[in-house]
Amino acid sequence: MRGWIASRLLQTVLVVFLSLTAVFGMVRLSGDPVLLFMPMDIQAKDVNEYRERLGFNDPLLVQYARFMRGAVRGDFGESLRYRRDALGLVLERLPATLLLAGTAMLLTLALAVPLGVATAVRRDGAVDHAGTVLMALGQATPGFWLGLMLIYLFAWLPTGGMGGLAHLVMPAVVLAAFYAARVARLTRSAVLEALGEDYVLTARAKGLAERHVVGKHALRNSAIPIVTLAGLEAGQLLGGAVVTETIFAWPGLGRLTVQALLNRDFPVVMAAVSFTSIVYTLMNLCVDLLYAWLDPRVRLRS
Amino acid sequence: MKKYLGLALTLAVVVAAVGAPWLAATDPMTTDFASGLKPPGSPGHPLGTDQLGRDLLARVLYGARLALFIGVCTVVVTAIVGGLLGLVAGFVERWPSTVIMRLADVQLSFPFILLALTINAIVGLGLRNIILSLSAAGWVVYARVVRGEVLSVKQRDYVHAAAALGVGRPRLLFRHVLPNVAPSIIVVASLQFSQFVVAEAAISFLGFGVQPPTPAWGSMLSESRDFLYVAWWLGAFPGAALALTALGVNLLGDWLRDTLDPKLRV
Repeated sequence: MRGWIASRLLQTVLVVFLSLTAVFGMVRLSGDPVLLFMPMDIQAKDVNEYRERLGFNDPLLVQYARFMRGAVRGDFGESLRYRRDALGLVLERLPATLLLAGTAMLLTLALAVPLGVATAVRRDGAVDHAGTVLMALGQATPGFWLGLMLIYLFAWLPTGGMGGLAHLVMPAVVLAAFYAARVARLTRSAVLEALGEDYVLTARAKGLAERHVVGKHALRNSAIPIVTLAGLEAGQLLGGAVVTETIFAWPGLGRLTVQALLNRDFPVVMAAVSFTSIVYTLMNLCVDLLYAWLDPRVRLRS
Repeated sequence: MKKYLGLALTLAVVVAAVGAPWLAATDPMTTDFASGLKPPGSPGHPLGTDQLGRDLLARVLYGARLALFIGVCTVVVTAIVGGLLGLVAGFVERWPSTVIMRLADVQLSFPFILLALTINAIVGLGLRNIILSLSAAGWVVYARVVRGEVLSVKQRDYVHAAAALGVGRPRLLFRHVLPNVAPSIIVVASLQFSQFVVAEAAISFLGFGVQPPTPAWGSMLSESRDFLYVAWWLGAFPGAALALTALGVNLLGDWLRDTLDPKLRV
């Protein structure tokens, strides 16, 4: 077990290192990175000055070493728009995103797991059919469209910015809708699978009440895939937040990233993308560890 | 039931896309400022018009064209690139496998939409670049699934038999292994398709990707935000078209998975 954790940790460090390298490489996809870092209507004199200032005249390896050294210390340079530490701006926005994603996650679990269990238990019944349709619709509805339509329909709710609880309702519902549909589907198929197992037959044969069969036997055994997916989806919420935060003017990490991309504020883009990637990787690691803890077969196999 | 609904919706989108020039009464780009923001059901404009008086039905139909074109191109590119990398990673193992799988890990350490959006903002706007950035962010699912399949297929007796008969490795890979992993590739492609279409719309919605006045659902939705309380139809119809497309293709993909490869989890 200890060896497995150590190798998993090592792997995570490697992935973080490679992801930072990828961020460095990504900015160079366009050929001349200086042009990315500059507003469109700037003069050649300033471009050249900044090329020198940002060190784009140095050999690529030197630039790479400088970027990595900075990244390790959390230094991604200064925002070209706000003239402030780029990572500082990112961290400032983090609580808002965590609040939104956390609420969406709670909403997802509160809606999706009961719905998944209900549809599985009443397989092919009316509840199942209605539930499956709901899940298919939830998965197919793009969040940004749902957001627009909710803004139109529920005009009495606050539609932008951060404030009281009321401000949280719409963005959290929009962010949760897609993930709730996915988690509900997975819960349904996991519970269905568990209900087909022999231990369920045994539990039924010995005359246990159906709620014990489902609650104690089927649901506990289907917890593993549900936990895994919910964990992985928690990471995807960070991606979903990019769009949702923009629609509802929610002052979080996603909106900051989109604005930085629009303003060509690349130190902030690099800080935000690197930070999101690291958080995402760490979340995946936590899911893996949780998974191994829940299911000994995982750690014994490797 | 699911199968037929999926087929019907998908077919409807394909007909809309292919038949757009015949189904639409007017050109999607022709403006008619005098009859701007006409509500649905106006004479000559069944879905109404936008702020410049362009026919919304025509724009939604041409939008289907663009969405399907981008979706198909991206799915083909990612299936070929990801499929080949997965084949190599599964078949050759050793260092190519390690390199490809590490690359996949890196890819998976970014949320899909964030990666596609950032690449698109860097490589620039336009149709080719949106396909490029979606592909760069999307190949990894194929690579993983195909690698896993290849690892199991190459242990089968018919592959060992072919190798024993002296079949060369390239032929072994493409004639004996590939046909047996093809169903998984098809299933992944069908399940990825709607993700690409919705991601393209999201990226265009955020102001990258396809730019106005080209009729793309995402940029139409983005423009509609300014008119939300004045002209609800500008947002409702392109979004509904997008959602129905995603629904149709998803249902079809589910059905394909149930028939071809029920154990596959994507």
